[in-house]
Amino acid sequence: MTGPLVSIRDLSVTYRRDATSFSLRNIDLDIAPGERLAIIGESGSGKSTLALAVAGLLPPTAAVNGAILWSGQLQLPRGGRDIGFVFQDASASLDPVMAVGREIAEVAHTHLDQDWAQAERRALELLRRVKLPDPGTVLHAYPHQLSGGQRQRVAIAAAIAAGPRLLIADEATSALDTIVQAEIVALIRQLVAEDGMALLFVSHDIALAAELADRIAVFRRGEMVELGKANAVIQAPEHAYTKKLLDAHIGLDAEPMIAPVGHGHV
Amino acid sequence: MRRLVQIPEALVGLGILAVLVVMALAAPMLFPGDPLAIKGAPLLPPFQEWSLPLGTDRLGRDVLAELFHGARTSLAVGLAAAAAAIAVGAVIGTLAGFAGGILDETLMRITDAFQTVPSFLLALAFVSVVGPSLTVVVIAIALSAWTGPARVARAEVLSIRERDFVAGARVIGMHPLEIALREVLPNALPPVLALSSVIVASAILIEAALSFLGLGDPNRVTWGGMIAEGRTVLRSAPFLSIVPGIALVLTVLGVYLAGEGVVEGTAVRKGLS
Amino acid sequence: MAMSEPLLAVSGLTKRFHRSGTIVTAAEDISLSISPAETLALAGPSGSGKSTIARLILRLIEPDAGRVDFGGENFLALRGSALRARRARLQMVFQDPLAALNPRATVARVLDDPLRIHALVSRSERPSRIAALLQRVGLSSDLADRYLHEISGGQRQRVAIARAIATKPSLIVLDEAVSALDVSVRSQILELLLDLQRTERIAYLFVSHDLGVVRAFAHRVVLLEGGRITEQGDARAVIDNPQSAIGKALVAAVPRLTTTIQERS
Repeated sequence: MTGPLVSIRDLSVTYRRDATSFSLRNIDLDIAPGERLAIIGESGSGKSTLALAVAGLLPPTAAVNGAILWSGQLQLPRGGRDIGFVFQDASASLDPVMAVGREIAEVAHTHLDQDWAQAERRALELLRRVKLPDPGTVLHAYPHQLSGGQRQRVAIAAAIAAGPRLLIADEATSALDTIVQAEIVALIRQLVAEDGMALLFVSHDIALAAELADRIAVFRRGEMVELGKANAVIQAPEHAYTKKLLDAHIGLDAEPMIAPVGHGHV
Repeated sequence: MRRLVQIPEALVGLGILAVLVVMALAAPMLFPGDPLAIKGAPLLPPFQEWSLPLGTDRLGRDVLAELFHGARTSLAVGLAAAAAAIAVGAVIGTLAGFAGGILDETLMRITDAFQTVPSFLLALAFVSVVGPSLTVVVIAIALSAWTGPARVARAEVLSIRERDFVAGARVIGMHPLEIALREVLPNALPPVLALSSVIVASAILIEAALSFLGLGDPNRVTWGGMIAEGRTVLRSAPFLSIVPGIALVLTVLGVYLAGEGVVEGTAVRKGLS
Repeated sequence: MAMSEPLLAVSGLTKRFHRSGTIVTAAEDISLSISPAETLALAGPSGSGKSTIARLILRLIEPDAGRVDFGGENFLALRGSALRARRARLQMVFQDPLAALNPRATVARVLDDPLRIHALVSRSERPSRIAALLQRVGLSSDLADRYLHEISGGQRQRVAIARAIATKPSLIVLDEAVSALDVSVRSQILELLLDLQRTERIAYLFVSHDLGVVRAFAHRVVLLEGGRITEQGDARAVIDNPQSAIGKALVAAVPRLTTTIQERS
């Protein structure tokens, strides 16, 4: 059995009642078990809508057409159990008045039928896995006592607590600085590999996607304009829009935009 | 606005207020002339005579006409006092919160001083000293009600002043007073305005209480004055106190329900967006 | 032209915040300078103090110690109306224009404020000046009557730039001003800023966490960590060969398109 984990068939989503402007339009996409798929696009591309749709987290006002099949079945995946979701803003997804250990234990308690003592031990183990310093202390800390990067680690721990088969990271590193972003990306890469999870990595950063993903899907205004192996998309993009995104990327090897200043400096 | 209609208490409140406003506006048309003029035999009970449906009081004045004209006073005083209290409170709270330091300390200690005196006593004392007139009553009530809006506005401003658009205004060299009043104040208003229903309701009650004690404007019909009038004949003609009393209760209820509805309606809208 | 008088000279700038009993050093003995028409980048991880230092220079926050000379004048000594008048020469563009400008204002009002406050043109001439400003930043003058929330993110940042150049400043602080923009929009905004620098000789203090953009856009860079300067120099020299530990860590953390390809192919 090597069928896709998630099959998206002719998916269209619109938030407007008149259904003239689509957030997503006729998307066909498979996510294989254990694969790392990056969705990249600019604002209004529909990339976050796709992540929410796969997780079944779209608001009730959204009109959805088409199908999302989970393990080949129409049956909905159980949020938290089958799919872990990491949002951009960890402080918004963590309960501010709940100790982070309890927050993680709750996932294990709810989905894995563990009693509280077991769930608490699982939380401690998870905090260790996401490489938080002094996990015993962090267990009893509240989100506001942690830094942005630490909060995102806690959010990841909560997302994988029930052992999901798919981890969705929606701009999960965008609010972090470069160094912390690199650490979180490395952590996600490691966790996904160790647990054999599939990864849906939603990002506006094509270089970040290229570092992490096996395949890249490029979205623009609700449509998927290109899908392919990561190195193929980066090296030999087919769609003009992908080329434009690559050209606009300013990496460490980019041509300087300025002429050097003539006058000397101390 | 459309959502308001879906909240039942807002609907009831707005309905009562609409009736009240119509009464106040229609009073001079339906009951032209002085409502304090004698129209018939004294102490005529309600529903006895077609031309005087709610009967007459001790002096033979038309109770229905008094009720309509009383609505004018209640609404006018309630709204004017609340508007004055909110305007003064919002400006003082904004200046205190935005300026900080000594100005903040001074303004907030003054606010404390006002807040420690029971609001009704303050209004009572003010009217007793200055003398009863509609303007004085409005000022007296506003004087006792501005502290709530001032505190709420200050708390809001304390968080707003750290926002980027305040920094943006400072960077272009805008005068601090203009920043406070033009940029910060409008953004601090929503929670302050949420207090308005409570303030209007209490203003109407304080006005009625002042009138009941004979400290209302003597040249105007007020519901409080009507209740006081009826008190002397409470045993023989209880309706003279009950009718304006019911009007007062309904009005306060209407203002409160409508206000709650508006707050709830905006909360729903925020929750959805 | 060599050793020209710097436009901005900062020395010994220090600021500590007291937060729940502990003292946080936001800026410690910061010294730097910017010449006319030069771009100096402040880069570092979050919490390194780069934004705070920019705001100290702008006097949005008052420093505990240090000296800021701007245009040959002690900027920290200015008070009240003298400070407000001098602010015309030292402007700022924020990361999020919707947060930094009154979202309930029209484009025209946003641009009218600086013209009115500094009485740069008569009231009757302001509409034509506003139209000219919009055109200067590549926007149609028809946009003047629109509200900020009605226009796109890129257009909004152009409006913010128009507001910043309305008073003909010699230095603009760009606080993560292109960080939240889509990449395709970002290039256009950077080009606009460079064009303004060339034609109006505007200097930039470019606060950014993105070393790729810093390397391409800035002449010099100051790397910060924990409120202290760890190294500074020519932007490409520093980033291509960082000496400090934080410099090396920052450079190593930048996602790379090319190395990935080499690894995979």
